[in-house]
Amino acid sequence: MKEYKTISRIAGPLIFVEKTEPVGYAELVRIALPNGEVKSGQVLDTSDDIVVVQVFEGTSAIDLNTGVKFLGENIKLPVSDDLLGRILNGAGKPIDGGPEIIPEEKVDITGAAINPYARANPSDFIQTGISTIDGTNTLVRGQKLPIFSASGLPHNEIAMQIARQAKVRGSEGGFAIVFAAMGITSEESQKFIAEFEETGALKRAVVFLNLADDPAVERLITPRMALTAAEYLAFRKEMHVLVILTDMTNYAESLREIGAARSEIPGRRGYPGYMYTDLAMLYERAGMIKGKKGSITQLPILTMPGDDITHPIPDLTGYITEGQITLSRELHSKGVFPPINILDSLSRLMNLGIGKGKTRDDHKQVSDQIFAFYAEGRDLRGLVAIVGEESLSERDKRLLKFAADFEAKFVRQGRNEDRDIEQTLGIGWKLLSELPESELTRISPELRKQHYGKH
Amino acid sequence: MGKTGRIYRVAGPVVVAELEAGMYDVCKVGNEKLLGEVIQINGSRCTIQVYEDTTGIKPGEDVENTGRPFVVELGPGLLSSIYDGIQRPLHVLRSVTGDFITRGATAPGLDRKKKWEFRASVKPGAQVKGGDVIGTVRESETVMHKILVPPSSGGKIAGISDGSYTVVDVVGKLDNGTELKLMQLWPVRKPRPVTRKLLPDVPLITGQRVFDSLFPLAKGGVAAIPGPFGSGKTVTQQSLAKWSDADIVVYIGCGERGNEMTEVLTEFPEITDPRTEKPLMQRTILIANTSNMPVAAREASVYTGITLAEYYRDMGYGVALMADSTSRWAEAMREISSRLEEMPGEEGYPAYLSTRLSEFYERAGRAITLMGEEGSISVIGAVSPPGGDFSEPVTQNTLRVIKTFWALDAKLAQRKHFPSINWLNSYSLYLGSLEGWYEKNVAPDWSAMVGRTRSILQEEDKLLEIVQLVGSDSLPEKEQVTLLVARMFREFFLQQNAFHPVDTYSEPKKTYHIMKTILHFADLAKAALESGVRVQRVYSMKSKDRIAEVKFEKDYGQFLAAVDKDIEKEFESLK
Repeated sequence: MKEYKTISRIAGPLIFVEKTEPVGYAELVRIALPNGEVKSGQVLDTSDDIVVVQVFEGTSAIDLNTGVKFLGENIKLPVSDDLLGRILNGAGKPIDGGPEIIPEEKVDITGAAINPYARANPSDFIQTGISTIDGTNTLVRGQKLPIFSASGLPHNEIAMQIARQAKVRGSEGGFAIVFAAMGITSEESQKFIAEFEETGALKRAVVFLNLADDPAVERLITPRMALTAAEYLAFRKEMHVLVILTDMTNYAESLREIGAARSEIPGRRGYPGYMYTDLAMLYERAGMIKGKKGSITQLPILTMPGDDITHPIPDLTGYITEGQITLSRELHSKGVFPPINILDSLSRLMNLGIGKGKTRDDHKQVSDQIFAFYAEGRDLRGLVAIVGEESLSERDKRLLKFAADFEAKFVRQGRNEDRDIEQTLGIGWKLLSELPESELTRISPELRKQHYGKH
Repeated sequence: MGKTGRIYRVAGPVVVAELEAGMYDVCKVGNEKLLGEVIQINGSRCTIQVYEDTTGIKPGEDVENTGRPFVVELGPGLLSSIYDGIQRPLHVLRSVTGDFITRGATAPGLDRKKKWEFRASVKPGAQVKGGDVIGTVRESETVMHKILVPPSSGGKIAGISDGSYTVVDVVGKLDNGTELKLMQLWPVRKPRPVTRKLLPDVPLITGQRVFDSLFPLAKGGVAAIPGPFGSGKTVTQQSLAKWSDADIVVYIGCGERGNEMTEVLTEFPEITDPRTEKPLMQRTILIANTSNMPVAAREASVYTGITLAEYYRDMGYGVALMADSTSRWAEAMREISSRLEEMPGEEGYPAYLSTRLSEFYERAGRAITLMGEEGSISVIGAVSPPGGDFSEPVTQNTLRVIKTFWALDAKLAQRKHFPSINWLNSYSLYLGSLEGWYEKNVAPDWSAMVGRTRSILQEEDKLLEIVQLVGSDSLPEKEQVTLLVARMFREFFLQQNAFHPVDTYSEPKKTYHIMKTILHFADLAKAALESGVRVQRVYSMKSKDRIAEVKFEKDYGQFLAAVDKDIEKEFESLK
C-alpha cells in the first residue's frame, strides 16, 4: 500500500492530500506521524486532484511531511460473542485492560437500511417499571424513543433505571445492553460503569466510551460502532438489545464541526443540511425483522440547548424517532423524580404494545383520560394565577387537585422503584376515582364499572 | 445512447463525472453500476445524484449514460405493489439482497414473467390516438386495467389479438410499425398530458366528519396537512388512505419512519375495502422510502408516485395520492442542493423550492383524459414544519398552492382529541364549489347546518377567552348553553376514533344526522331557557350524553331517532 507525503492543507479535523492514485469514498485512512504516533481517518471527499480526510484523533502534530496511507476498505468493527462484557473506546478498541476482540467477522459500520418490507411490526410491551413511560408513553420492543432532556436534569439516571428494569413480560431474560457514550464526562461514565458492574449488567453489555476529552470527530463513528455491535447481537445472535446513546447533542456538534471545517454551506443554526439523513441513518437502525428473534430498541438521550425543543437537534430527532420522553425542569425543581412531562412526551408505537393480552384492556382509555385531565389541570394553574382558586368551578378545583396528585403519586417514584403495569394502572385508577364517575368520558361504562373506586 | 465517461470526484451521494450528457439523464455509476441522475452540467463535467450509497466508489471508474431520463414502468401489476422511491419492488429486493438493502441491486418495476389475460377492445383498422384504450386486463378483483396507447403515439391498428401476455409481449401493432405492449414507460419528471382540466365540484368523501363537513376536499383538489410531530398526522393520513372514496390510492412514504412504514405495510394488506369487501391493497400502490434510504431516491419518490397516479387517472379513475411527507422531500432537495454548493434561499432550501412544490401540486386535478373520460388525482400532502412553525418556507410555499388546509394541532393531540384538526385554523376554499353536490346528494340544508356548526365553534372560542378571565358562571345563560353545545360538537362530532371499527368511517349522511341532532338539542335548549328553565338543569340532562354513543353505532338512524325522542321528552319534563 502506497504511503503519500502530499498533504497540502490541514484545517481543523481535516487534512487535504494531493496527487493520489484513485481513492474510494469513505475509505479508511492510516496516518503515520513523524513522532511514531499513528492516527486513523476516513475519506470525506475524493477526486482526481485532492482527497479530503477527516482525522478521528484530531490533527494536532500532523504536518506536511506526515505519511498517509489509504487502506482500501471501510471502517469495520470486529464482532463476536466476546463483545459482551467489554468496555471499548469510541473507536472500538478495548480499554478495559482485557484482550483484543477476536473477530468472528468484521462488519462495515455504516450499516445498510433495513428493507421496509422485511421489517416486523413492533408490538411487544416493554415494562420499564416507570409509570410515566409504561402507563402513558409505552415503550415497545424495536422502538426508538429518545429522552429529550436539558442540562442539569437527571436523564442519565432515568436511562440507567430503564436499562436496569426493562423487561418484556412473559419472556425469559432481560435485554443485552449496548451503551455508547459520546462526549460525556468521565464522572458520568464512571457512574454508568459502576452501576453496570454492581447490578451485574456488564456481563450482558457492550460499552463504547468517547469521553468529553476524547477527540470530537471520533464521536461520529462511536454510535455507528455501537449500532453495528447491536445489529450483530440482535440479528445474528438473536438477542434483544437495548441501545443507549448519550449524548446525541454532542454527536450533532461534531457533525457541525466537520461541516464547518469543510466550509460547507450551513443549514439551520450552522448544522449541515444533511443532518436529518445522517441522524436517520443512526436512529433507523432500530427495529425488528420478520423471521428473526432478536430486536434493537433504541433509547437515545439528547440535551436540548437552552431547553429549546424547536432546536434542530431535538426537532430532527423527533421527526425520525417514534416519539420522545420529555423531561421538565419545572417538575425537577419541584423535586419530582423522574421529572417526565407526559404532555410533551409521546410514544407513537404505544397502541401497538398495549391492550388486552399485552397489558390490560383498560390501559388505553385510562391513559387517554389521564392525559385529558392532566392537560386541563395544568392549564387551570395558569388561570388560578390570575383569578385565584376561589372563583373556580367545582370541576376545575377537582382537576387542579388531580394534576397535583398526579405529579405526586403517579409521576413521582423511587429511583429503584420497579412498578409493574398493574401497579401503574392501579395508581391511575385511584387518582381517577377521586373524580365523579360521570366525568370519566374517555372510559367506557363497562370498564368504569369494573375499576372505578376499586383500586 | 450508451456514452461512457469517467468519475472525477465523489462526495457523498453526489458524483462529478467527465461525461457527455443531457439534464436528468440516468447514468450507471462506477463498477457496481449504481443508478444516478444528472442534475447539473458544467462544461465537460456533469454532476450526478446517485440513488445509492457511494462508499468505496473511486475517481477514474466508469460512468455509463443511458441517454434517457428516469422513467417508470406503467402497466398491469402496479396495484398492490410496494416500491422504493425508484420503483424497485421491495419484496423482490428482499429476495435478492436479504433483509437489508445493499446497493447495486436491481429489480424491474413490473414482473416480466407474469402473464395477463388481455381482451382487445378495438379491431384492426380502427383509428387510435395517444391515450385511447385498446383493451383491458383484469389487474385485480376490483380494478380493470385499461391498456392505453402511449400519449405520443397514434395511428391505425394493423393487428391486435386477445390472449395471455407478459408486460413486454407485443399485443398489437399500429400501421406505422409502433408495437403496442401492456407496459409503457414514462419519464417521472414530465406530467402526463390530458385533454383539459375541469373545475373541482365533486367532493372526495373521506368518512372523517371534520373533513367532510367543515373542511371538504374536492376530487382533484389539493390539501395540506401540516403538523408538528406528535399531532397525529400519520394516523389521520392513514385513515384518509383507507376510507376516502377514490378508486385508486397511491401512498408515498417519503422519508418516513421505518417502523411506521411497516405499520402501513402490514396494515394495508389486512384492510378490507368497505365498498368491495376485497382487500384494499387491490387498489393501492405503496411507495416506501424510509429516512435512512438514499436521499436521492427520496427526492425521486414523489415524482414516481405522482406519475403512477397520473397513469391511473388516464384510465378514467379517481386517484387519491398521499405524500407523507413533502417536508422530507423538500429536505432531500435541500440536502442535494447543499451538496451541489448552490446558493441557498430561505433557511438553506434551494431557491427553486417553490417552483418544485407548485409543479408537483399542479399535477393534481380533475380532468378529461386523452381518451375523453373523466379522471382525477387528489393530492394530500403532509408538511412537518420544524417546531410547529408555520412560517417556515416549506409550509409557506405549500400554502400558496393548496386549497384545503387541515391544521393539525399538537395541543388537541395532547388532549387526545383526534383527529386533532384545529377547527379555527383550518380552511377549505372548496366549500362554495361543493355546496351544490352536498345539497343534492346528502341533504338540502347541509350547508346551513355546516354554517351553524362552524359559527357555534367560533363563538365558543370567543367565549372561552372571556371565561379565562371571569369564569364560566358569570356568563349569561344563553352563552353557557353555547359552550355546552360547542363542547358536544367537539366531543360527539369532531372527535373520531380511527381505531374503533364503526367510528373509523362516518358516511356523509351519518355526519349530517349527528350534526342535526346536536343542533336540534341546541334549539330546544334555547327554547327551554326562554321558557324559564335554569341552565344547570340543561347541563345535567342525561339524554344529551347519549349522543356521544351514536358514533359507535352502525345502525345510527334508529339510534338517533330514539335519542332525539329522549331529548324532546326530557326537555318536556323540564318545563
